[in-house]
Amino acid sequence: MGLLTFLRYFWNDFRKQKKRATLTVAAIVWGTMSILLLLAFGEGLKRQLDRNQRGLGENIMIVWGGQTSMPYEGLPRGRRIRFMEEDVDVIQKSIPQIENIGAEYSRWGVDVVRGSKVLSEHVCGEYPTYEQMRAHYPMQGGRYINWTDMEEKRRVIFLGYEMKQKLFGDEDATGQTVHVSGIPFTVIGVGQDKQQMGMYGGPDVSKGSMPATTFKSLFGHKYLSNLVIQPRSTNLNEVVERRLNEVLGARLKFHPDDEQALSIWDTIEGRKAMQNMMLGMQIFMGIIGAMTLLIAGVGVANIMYVVIKERTKEIGIKMALGGKPRIVQWQFLLEAMIICFSGGVIGIFISQLICDLMSLIPREEGSSMTWLGNPTISLPIGMITIAILAIIAVIAGYFPSRRAAMLNPAETLRYE
Amino acid sequence: MSSNGSIIKLDHVHKVYDTGKIKVEALRGVDLDVRQGEFLTLVGPSGSGKSTLMNILGCLDSPTEGTYYFRGEQVQGLSLNRLAEIRNRRVGFVFQNFNLLPFSTALENVELPMVFGGVPTRERRKRGEEVLERVGLGDRMDHKPTELSGGQMQRVAIARALVNHPDLILADEPTGNLDTASGQEIVNLFEELWKAGHTIMIITHDPNLPMRTERTLHMRDGSLHNGNGEGQ
Repeated sequence: MGLLTFLRYFWNDFRKQKKRATLTVAAIVWGTMSILLLLAFGEGLKRQLDRNQRGLGENIMIVWGGQTSMPYEGLPRGRRIRFMEEDVDVIQKSIPQIENIGAEYSRWGVDVVRGSKVLSEHVCGEYPTYEQMRAHYPMQGGRYINWTDMEEKRRVIFLGYEMKQKLFGDEDATGQTVHVSGIPFTVIGVGQDKQQMGMYGGPDVSKGSMPATTFKSLFGHKYLSNLVIQPRSTNLNEVVERRLNEVLGARLKFHPDDEQALSIWDTIEGRKAMQNMMLGMQIFMGIIGAMTLLIAGVGVANIMYVVIKERTKEIGIKMALGGKPRIVQWQFLLEAMIICFSGGVIGIFISQLICDLMSLIPREEGSSMTWLGNPTISLPIGMITIAILAIIAVIAGYFPSRRAAMLNPAETLRYE
Repeated sequence: MSSNGSIIKLDHVHKVYDTGKIKVEALRGVDLDVRQGEFLTLVGPSGSGKSTLMNILGCLDSPTEGTYYFRGEQVQGLSLNRLAEIRNRRVGFVFQNFNLLPFSTALENVELPMVFGGVPTRERRKRGEEVLERVGLGDRMDHKPTELSGGQMQRVAIARALVNHPDLILADEPTGNLDTASGQEIVNLFEELWKAGHTIMIITHDPNLPMRTERTLHMRDGSLHNGNGEGQ
C-alpha cells in the first residue's frame, strides 16, 4: 500500500475518533514532557551545583594544621601543628604528584578605607597560584597577584566583587588606591562575581587579597592559615594525602598515622560523591519519567487494539487480496509509531519552551531559583528520551499489530 | 472452453469448527474437480457449507481433513505467506457486499492486489485503468465507493478480482445486494469473462439465478450433490 494511501487511512481513522486520538497523543505528550523536564531540571541543578562548586576551585585539597593526638619522638600529644612559607616549598619539592600549591594568611577586621568609606573587612595574603586553584579570576581590565608582586612585596590588592561594590559602587576600581591598615594599596583587579557553594573563612567575593609576602611584612604573621593543593590528577588525591602526612610529619614532628595532626578538606572526594549523587538522582528521575511514558504507551497499545477491532473488515479484505501478514503488521505498527512520534515531537517542543521560559525568570541573589539553575535539555537527555520513546512506540505497536497479522482471513471477512 | 488442466482438486475434504464446547462439521467429505475454463454454480441453502467451501477453495481457510490441490500444489500445510501469494496471484474474489476499501477511489481499490503483488506504480496504474475500462467504468475511476451505485461497486470488485490475471474467480452471492437489472448486468459480465477464457465459480443460495453455467453443484449439509457426475 502506498504511503499516501496509508496516511489517508490513518488520517481518516484519526478524524473519526478525534477525541480518542487526541487524548492518546496527549498522553504521549505528557509522558515525553515528564521524562524530559525531570531530566532537564536534574541537569540544570547538576550544572548549577557544578558551577557553585567551581566557585571554590576545582579538584583541590585544603589543608589546615590540627593538634597531634599521638605522642611522637618523645613529644606529647596535643601539640598544635602550624605551617610556614618554607613548608610550602618543601611540600612542592617532595611530592611530585602535586601540580599546584598555594597558601594564605588570613585576618579579619582589617581597616579598608577609600575616601570617606571605612570598612572592617577580611583580608588575606595569598599565593599567585590562587588565581587558577581557588578561581580568583579577575574581571576584564584587571589582574590577580603575580610572582613579581610576591618577590617585590608590592602593595597591591585584589578586591572581591562585593567588597569592590561597597567601596567603589559601579565605578571602575582597577588602578585606584585604597588604604589597608592605613597603608596605601593599588587595586590591580576585581574578582568576578561568583556563586560559591563550598567556603571557609567567608565567601571570596567579600574579601581582599594581597601577596602573601606583603601580608607577612605588614601584619607580622608567622604562620599560614592554610594550604591549598591541587594534585596532578583527580585520582591522586589519596596518595597526596598520605605523602603530606609523611612529609609534614617528618618536618613538623608528628606521627604520619596521626589523623588529627592535619585537617584536610578533600573537595575531589566531595565532588565525586556529589557527581555520583546527581547521577543517581538523574537516573531516578529518568525512571519516573520513563514510567509515565510507559503508561502512555500502554494507552497507545490499548487504542491500537480497539482500532484493529474496528478495522477487522479492512484487514480481512487486504488479506483476501493477498496482503501478507507482514504488511498488515507493518501498517498498524506504523500507525502506533506515528501516534508516539507526533506526541513525542509536541512533547519535546513544549518542554523546550518551558525550559526557555524558565531561563527568563529573573533570579535574586541566593534565592531558591538560583540554586535550581536553568533546566537544560542537553543532547544526551534528548537522545535518551527519544530512545525510550522509540522503544515504547515499538512495544505499543508490536503486540496489537501482531494480533492483526495473525487474524484468520476467513473470520475477518465475516466480521461486521 | 473447457477441459484443459485441472485447477482444483478436492479429496474428501472435511472442515470442523471447534468452538471449544461444540464441534460443528461444516464440510463432510467433499470431492471436487474443477478444470480450467469451467463456469460453475454452487447452489445451496444458507448453512449448507457453501461459504466454508469457498473459503477453502480461495485459500482463506484450510481443511481440517482431506487434501486440496490447487494447480497441483497441496494447499494444507502451506505457510501464511504462501497462502497470501496464492490468493494474490491465482484467485480473484467477488463478494456479496463488494468489500471495497471505503476511503479509496475505484482505481486505488483495483490497484491494491497489484500493490501486494509488487507491481511497479506505473504498470499498476495502466493495468488498473485497462481493467476498469473493460468492466465499463472508464469514467468512474476516481470515484470513491460511496459515490458509486451497487452495480458499479460490484464492477469495481470484479475489476479488482481480474487485475492480477487469476486462475480462478470466486464470486460469493455477487448479485445478492443488487436489484434485478444490475444483477443481470453482473451476470452478463461474468458470462463475457467466461467466454474470454476465465474459470469462474459462482456461489449462491438462489437456485433460480439465471446462470447459463456449464455445471451446477448442489450443496446440502456439508456435502456436494452434483449435476454432472462429480461429488457424491
